[in-house]
Amino acid sequence: MKLAYWPGCVSRGFTTELHGSMAFTAEKLGIELVELDRANCCGAGIIAEHNQELADTLNARTFALAQQTGLAMMNICSTCQGAQSECQQRLDADSAYRAHINEVLSGQGLEYVKGKDGFTNKNFLWLLVEDYGLDKLAEKVVRPLSGLRVGPFYGCYVVRPKERLGYDEFPDRDLYLEKVIEVLGGEVVEYDGARKCCGFPVITMNRDTSLRQAGTHVGDAIDAGADCLVTPCPLCHLNLDMQQPEAAKVVNRDLGLAVLHLPQLVGLALGAEPKELGMSKHIASTRWVEERLAGGVPA
Amino acid sequence: MAEYTLKVRRYQPESGEAAYWEEFKVDLDPSLSVLDGLLQAKDRDDGSLAVRCSCRAAICGSCGMKVNGQSGLGCKTQIGEAHEAANRRNGGSEPIVVEPMGNMPVIKDLITDMESTHWAKIRRVTPWLLPHGEPPEREYVVEPESMIDITQSMACIQCGACVSSCLSMEADPDFIGPAALAKAYRFVGDPRDAETVERLHDLAHDPHGIYDCTHCFSCIDACPKGVAPMDQIMRLRRRAAEEGIEDDPNNGANHVKAFVKMIEKKGTNDEALLIQESYAPGVKGKLKPTKGAVEGLLKSLPTVLRAIKTGKARSPSKLIPGVHPKLPGGAQDEVKAIYAHAEEHREEFNLYIKGEDEDFVEPEPDEMTDATIEAEAAAAAESEES
Repeated sequence: MKLAYWPGCVSRGFTTELHGSMAFTAEKLGIELVELDRANCCGAGIIAEHNQELADTLNARTFALAQQTGLAMMNICSTCQGAQSECQQRLDADSAYRAHINEVLSGQGLEYVKGKDGFTNKNFLWLLVEDYGLDKLAEKVVRPLSGLRVGPFYGCYVVRPKERLGYDEFPDRDLYLEKVIEVLGGEVVEYDGARKCCGFPVITMNRDTSLRQAGTHVGDAIDAGADCLVTPCPLCHLNLDMQQPEAAKVVNRDLGLAVLHLPQLVGLALGAEPKELGMSKHIASTRWVEERLAGGVPA
Repeated sequence: MAEYTLKVRRYQPESGEAAYWEEFKVDLDPSLSVLDGLLQAKDRDDGSLAVRCSCRAAICGSCGMKVNGQSGLGCKTQIGEAHEAANRRNGGSEPIVVEPMGNMPVIKDLITDMESTHWAKIRRVTPWLLPHGEPPEREYVVEPESMIDITQSMACIQCGACVSSCLSMEADPDFIGPAALAKAYRFVGDPRDAETVERLHDLAHDPHGIYDCTHCFSCIDACPKGVAPMDQIMRLRRRAAEEGIEDDPNNGANHVKAFVKMIEKKGTNDEALLIQESYAPGVKGKLKPTKGAVEGLLKSLPTVLRAIKTGKARSPSKLIPGVHPKLPGGAQDEVKAIYAHAEEHREEFNLYIKGEDEDFVEPEPDEMTDATIEAEAAAAAESEES
């Protein structure tokens, strides 16, 4: 399997461990990634809020770069997925609008063609379940995550709005994390926050609301007995992990729950050492997860 | 006909007891609604089961409730589909869970107090027209096109489903919220209204106003009428920025401006520059940070220090604003050209109004060129021959 790969800004910024663990995990899975190093930020919904046409054109450019490779496109960020799907929906809806957007791209030797070669843009989670296949994933597991209790955390941008995100065709996209956790041998922890908002989009605008959201979900997962959370979204990771000590102050309780990126969780089951997956860079310690996997903590 | 189990959250204040769950077995066609199921339970099992309803056709907006955690109208949720939704993970024996709407006090069973939250917030946005000058002798005359823009927010039936689903309000009960802000756009976008700027200023300057929405899309999925309240909130932000309203206490306009400018310069996110520019825009020479901005910057310092400690942020490009590299090999100039083009046109493609002119999953090229028509004809001829 060979894919045009858009890693997003945050995986090369404050969550480099995501970029590294994705490269590691892809190799173990036998997925070849062709990185789109000339592509631009998806706009994270913020550019669309300022000027829709600008966001649509920037993402059309990324899609056009991916289409030049002739490969399907993969991203590793719920927010990229949502922001790009929003623009793609408008671009795909109307040929006149698409022509208007392509006007500026044609000057750069680029064109976004709707449905070219069956073009798709899927995040790693969707791709793993729908294209790679859970059976094939199961065959690759060398260290089942037995006894590890994992709380899924999706990120809003891959669960809503359903009509935009292909749920008509793939109605279980909001259950994929549970399926992956089970295939890797882990135990799914049910808690209230799995499909709620991490609060990141308002961290600079309404810090208290933002951290209360993050702290509440981490706390709920701890109360439900989770050893860690797993998320396909690096922005959720920033609020749930990097801001966790600040969130603890706002919700006024001890937290301290490891938050893994999806490729890290997969990588662990494929035999990687935590250090190879950059887990030492996390703010919330991942030691508990490591001890649990080493059998050092009684279930 | 099929049998379903409804697991209903009951609360009877006069009993003095806490809320509890009660299961009802109902028997009805899968195409009928959850509300129909509740009314059957009320009729056959317990007349005290309290639910508000009237039209049963998604018009009156009375029966807002949560079904399997999803906010919406009981009358617009088919019971067969609700049963399937409840059993997506665990076989086929899970009950359909029915609860009163969230983010509002419960009066009894499924009846919530719409007054203290929903209606209070609606009134907060001055939900009536404020034209200037003497009223015309007859009706106001407006271009039909100018009203199309607000038809989406006019479709609201005040059921409260979006308020029930709002994840910002869950963390901040003071948030003005999706229903009221969608209603605000209905008047901001109305060409007859003369207080547009004042309305936008008011909503931007309320710390629980337009910059308190956390982009979670819950209200979009909850709304039974396609109002897409979050989209209306984003349009309010866009309109406020266009009116030059930038000194909001949430630092919202500055953050958007900083983000948009940064991508024009760098193509991808320069985190150090984003933090600096969001809180202290134009730091070179004309720094005018607000009190909130200084507080925000100071509060983000412990997080940054921790990130340096673990190695997350231990590189110059993550610490020094502006060091982050541009896109390589002329790609940054392509991004700049896109900015020049799009900032000039600022076209807003409204799917609600325009709809989709093509089959969304159609994998074919847009138009048949002469070349493709010829190629297809040749292929057809070939297959006929063989």
